Amino acid sequence: MPKTLYDKLWENHVVHIEEDGTALLYIDRHLVHEVTSPQAFEGLKLAGRKPWRISSIVATADHNTPTDHWDEGITDPVSRQQVETLDANIREVGALAYFPFKDARQGIVHVIGPENGATLPGMTVVCGDSHTSTHGAFACLAHGIGTSEVEHVMATQCLLQKKSKTMLVKVDGPLGKGVSAKDIALALIGRIGTAGGTGYAIEFGGSAIRGLSMEGRMTLCNMAIEAGARVGFVAVDQTTIDYLKGRPFSPQGELWDRAVAYWRTLVSDEGARFDATVEIDGRAIQPQVTWGTSPEMVTDIKGQVPAPEDFADPVKREGVARALQYMGLTPRTPIEQVKVDKVFIGSCTNSRIEDLREAAAVAKGRRKADSVRQVLVVPGSGLVKRQAEAEGLDKVFIAAGFEWREPGCSMCLAMNADRLEPGERCASTSNRNFEGRQGAGGRTHLVSPAMAAAAAIAGRFADVRELP
Amino acid sequence: MRAFTQLDGLVAPLDRANVDTDAIIPKQFLKSIKRAGFGPNAFDEWRYLDRGEPGQDCAKRPLNPDFVLNQPRYQGAAILLTRDNFGCGSSREHAPWALEDYGFRALIGTSFADIFFNNCFKNGLLPIKLPAVEVDALFELALATPGFRLKIDLAAQTVTRPDGKVLPFDVDPFRKECLLNGWDDIGLTLRHAENIREFEARRRIDQPWLFAQ
Repeated sequence: MPKTLYDKLWENHVVHIEEDGTALLYIDRHLVHEVTSPQAFEGLKLAGRKPWRISSIVATADHNTPTDHWDEGITDPVSRQQVETLDANIREVGALAYFPFKDARQGIVHVIGPENGATLPGMTVVCGDSHTSTHGAFACLAHGIGTSEVEHVMATQCLLQKKSKTMLVKVDGPLGKGVSAKDIALALIGRIGTAGGTGYAIEFGGSAIRGLSMEGRMTLCNMAIEAGARVGFVAVDQTTIDYLKGRPFSPQGELWDRAVAYWRTLVSDEGARFDATVEIDGRAIQPQVTWGTSPEMVTDIKGQVPAPEDFADPVKREGVARALQYMGLTPRTPIEQVKVDKVFIGSCTNSRIEDLREAAAVAKGRRKADSVRQVLVVPGSGLVKRQAEAEGLDKVFIAAGFEWREPGCSMCLAMNADRLEPGERCASTSNRNFEGRQGAGGRTHLVSPAMAAAAAIAGRFADVRELP
Repeated sequence: MRAFTQLDGLVAPLDRANVDTDAIIPKQFLKSIKRAGFGPNAFDEWRYLDRGEPGQDCAKRPLNPDFVLNQPRYQGAAILLTRDNFGCGSSREHAPWALEDYGFRALIGTSFADIFFNNCFKNGLLPIKLPAVEVDALFELALATPGFRLKIDLAAQTVTRPDGKVLPFDVDPFRKECLLNGWDDIGLTLRHAENIREFEARRRIDQPWLFAQ
């Protein structure tokens, strides 16, 4: 019988199955960061257990780290304690690789895994972070997990998991000018809702997906969790293989050839059946902008803020009314008339080199609007930062009045000092527009890197395809 | 883990869809390296009028009188009634830790986000999915009836209303067994340690590139 890619990945990792179908899945790669690991390390120690396979662990500090004044270290004592706790835990336990605060290869956990070749096709990847779905771009089964599961994986090298249903999201293209993977993700979530993928593993396929770079595929898989799906992935093709060649932890020589031969099997078989299929016409996708407090509250740049009465379901109507109040928006306002106070370009969704190139292409030779208080550009890792500087992107941003920062999660979730003040409105390339996500009372609009840069220049949301 | 068998608890209705884990426990409290003490900051931005920071004495902070959990009639609630997609967003287990520390032992709603749902079971917190029509009815009853309580029996997989109506619910047999007994997952998994070692040994031969040192 033809198999889906999910079937293949699943079957390749099952160690044991309980009577009710709960499986023990073997875990190849365990990514660790400072926020969701301290209680797991402590639990392990209290129970007198040792990590099962230290060489599966790749760790970094990203959520709490500052993005400027690195010479001053981490000034917030609570953040500093959390980062130092990770330093101490890794010192004691060990890891395949650790990229601590200020290390040349430090960065957002979902950026450093792939760029170091620590994420390889066919792997099961876990991390105490919901955006672990990012690694599905490499045909990995990549699950975000809680801290109890972090401890479980450390102690047993396995994750308890029930098989999901499968959903094929098929996007055929080509995509229009100015339209990116972020717009595909937001358009999908707008269509199926933030719970549309709950209980499903999403495979992204179709010519528009095949046409995406690995960076674009990572953006898309990253947002699978915002559609409710714990895992999202893309089949292996030449783009995948080309990306991995020569990375620090990628196999070499004869092992590379053997690995590539296996990786090429990581595709859904012709005629494989999915539990659900969603087809999206890539040609019809416009640049997207969210207007509410859930990623499903989204429209395109030519759209307008809806009114609560547009929604028949009373719970939804109430939710829209509350969202508009929180966002300080009036129904029927054209999106292009909504002004922004700040712009954030970064996060595990959109902080890779290609994202920065797209933002820089818009910023080049232009300047941020005077009304925009701050434009933060936060590269995903030290390696991304250096690559961008080698290409002169930093100079483009600085000339445009943007701030060029050190790598980290930054204002995606505002655990460090980068945040919105109450009432501030932000065009953000991050993944969540929840109430308070970027700072208590802050108002987040999710967009692509090019659209974020366009908003910085115009001082309001603007159609990147029409910039003068 | 604390076992869950039966519960007779006061119900608090939180009538919002898509309640995310950032709302359940805001990020600034995730800087703690402990597992306990998150209860006073559960729903922090909705619950208090000032800005919450780690280390505050929450008993002295101004409460938001409009937030449902602050109403006197819901003090001591052990069951949270919710809407669609509760617990969406971040994987932070601090969310179930905060709910459990606040005093909740069970959640009832139409749907829960996957990672959150899973995390609840690791912490003695029972998330129960019921059909929308039943959840609607429970919201009506909870709002109309002061002191509205429900009885939950995990072994029987039932929620019983005060009027005697019994609402059956589904739960995975394996999760149910673990929760009824308060079992530690890791201990259970390590019973299969030999299988894991054999699997790993085969994998080292078949896909050696996965085992870079």
